Amino acid sequence: MEKIVLPEIENLHLIDTYVANGGYDTAKSALAKSSDEIIDIVKKSGLRGRGGAAFSTGLKWSFIPKGSGITKYLCINGDESEPGSFKDRQVFEFNPHQLIEGIVITCHAIHAKKAYLYIRGEYHKWIKLMQKALDDAYERGFVGEAMKAKYGTDFSCDIYIHKGAGAYICGEESSLMNSIEGKRGYPRVKPPFPAQVGLWGAPTIINNVETIANIPPIIKKGWEWFSAIGEQKHPGTLLFGVSGHVNKPGVYELPSGTLLTDIIYNYAGGVPGNKKIKCVIPGGSSMPPLRGDQLEGIKMDAESLRAAGSAIGTGGIMVMDEDTDLVKVLARLSKFYYHESCGQCTPCREGTGWMVKLLNRIVRGEGSKSDIDLLVSVASNIEGNTVCALGEAAAWPVRFMITRFRDEFEKQVSDHVKLEVKNKVHSMRATLNPLASVEN
Amino acid sequence: MEFKFSVENQEKIERIIQKYPEKQAAVMPLLYLAQEQHGFISVEAMREISQILEMPETDVLGVVTFYSMFHQKEIGKHHIQVCTNVSCMLRGGMQIFDAVKSKLGINNGEVTSDKLFSLEEVECMGSCGTAPMIAVNEDYFENLSTEKAIEILNSLK
Ligand SMILES: Cc1cc2nc3c(=O)[nH]c(=O)nc-3n(C[C@H](O)[C@H](O)[C@H](O)COP(=O)(O)O)c2cc1C
Ligand code: SF4
Ligand code: FES
Repeated sequence: MEKIVLPEIENLHLIDTYVANGGYDTAKSALAKSSDEIIDIVKKSGLRGRGGAAFSTGLKWSFIPKGSGITKYLCINGDESEPGSFKDRQVFEFNPHQLIEGIVITCHAIHAKKAYLYIRGEYHKWIKLMQKALDDAYERGFVGEAMKAKYGTDFSCDIYIHKGAGAYICGEESSLMNSIEGKRGYPRVKPPFPAQVGLWGAPTIINNVETIANIPPIIKKGWEWFSAIGEQKHPGTLLFGVSGHVNKPGVYELPSGTLLTDIIYNYAGGVPGNKKIKCVIPGGSSMPPLRGDQLEGIKMDAESLRAAGSAIGTGGIMVMDEDTDLVKVLARLSKFYYHESCGQCTPCREGTGWMVKLLNRIVRGEGSKSDIDLLVSVASNIEGNTVCALGEAAAWPVRFMITRFRDEFEKQVSDHVKLEVKNKVHSMRATLNPLASVEN
Repeated sequence: MEFKFSVENQEKIERIIQKYPEKQAAVMPLLYLAQEQHGFISVEAMREISQILEMPETDVLGVVTFYSMFHQKEIGKHHIQVCTNVSCMLRGGMQIFDAVKSKLGINNGEVTSDKLFSLEEVECMGSCGTAPMIAVNEDYFENLSTEKAIEILNSLK
């Protein structure tokens, strides 16, 4: 199978290798086309965003006001902080120039003179690799003022890397813009959408790293070629990151619609000790978890996963074997969302805190049966009542983990429940258990 | 204690500000510079940055407190970050965290008395496919076992 984003070419991260393989030729041919033409090709290709929401990329670009008279910006989202997601770092490391070429083409398509590539702060190593690639591209005249001469056009754009500083919420597009502007990373209320009012109030397009890395091949080989790969409604390849209980964790670039079981058992080498799978989170930690006994036939693309009761998200597949304590997993996840909530909306700020408390209580063996329903109710009260989708990201795992694995939770509240008994008589009865020897 | 950027950093600041149409956007990169230079971000450093970027000191403070990678207190020479999020947890991340904690004899967020080590339990670092992991300052160590993690600590002077 052909790889689009991470082709298996040795040293492709070096500018010489990239150029020797036809790199930056596509930017030149794209700059000779009108921006409408580019947007049209991307629209027809069916490319959908790889950052989580799987929104049509061409359609998003078409929302931006036309013309070169107004200042516009492009932001490339490399915050990659969703637990279970580790694909964009592969692009930074192994194919940075295809990303840069994609940024140049996108800037031309939307008439943006400046692009900001936002990379999470922990990725020091990958920021350095990306900066090196960018410096090389500038030096050769593929980016910046010199590109006018290089490509023979009157368009030029600059690309800057903006380093995050450890906040998951900054991956949310409006929070990301605030972060670039030098503010706290609070998400903004939408509408207005970034394509109208974005960075410094100017129309802005935000796309994921993998999304933009798909652009050069689409322009080079045409939308017909791209739209025929994988599932028609969500075409192309996806970078599936497989983690957890598998023999060969890692990133696998495969056509959309590849069977989940195929990815887990064939590509990722199956489960250690041939254990059964209890649970799979198919698209990064925010997406509803699936039952291990219901994985048969599930295809990995946006539409199929929605039909299966989950979502494609970032394509990060977390596999948990039969011995996994799902209550502990959920408690840990909830701690993450509690930590990362920006605190702007009450349901998210308070709700995530409540969920952690309740889950920790159950983990400690002090949970009562009513806690389970209370958890679902708290989660349901967050959903739909917040400024940004972190609310859903925090609520979905709780709600769906409990509805799909209720037995796991009931086991823990009934097995080791330690109801605190203040009344002396009752507590004596509980410890002495006068009928312990009576069997029938 | 007064804080001034080094001459070298002052030149860097000039270039950083050029990247953005508005000065305030340079606050995160400048905070990183201050942290690199001084080990942590002091009140004086925030004041200096607020003057350079012509923004209120409280806004600089707001940014510092929002992001977990900006430190307002001294951290160890080796800042040990252990990921315990799910993909790491499934492969022994919690055990590594506990082992590191008892080896260093400090809790999450603390610094050893010789200031050599500090410990932080961190969220997903993007190493789920090479889990479990720890990071020492800026460097990732992946595909670890508890033994390997302790070996790494032993090698740090
Ligand atoms: C809490 C939260 C975190 C997000 N983190 C990321 C991220 O790290 N990277 C990313 O590309 N998109 C992330 N997104 C999605 C972005 O808001 C946005 O939809 C995406 O970057 C658009 O790019 P795309 O259309 O190419 O997918 C996040 C969304 C939310 C609500
Ligand atoms: S939903 Fe949570 S993270 Fe999003 S804006 Fe509200 S409080 Fe902040
Ligand atoms: S969960 Fe530890 S690096 Fe992702």
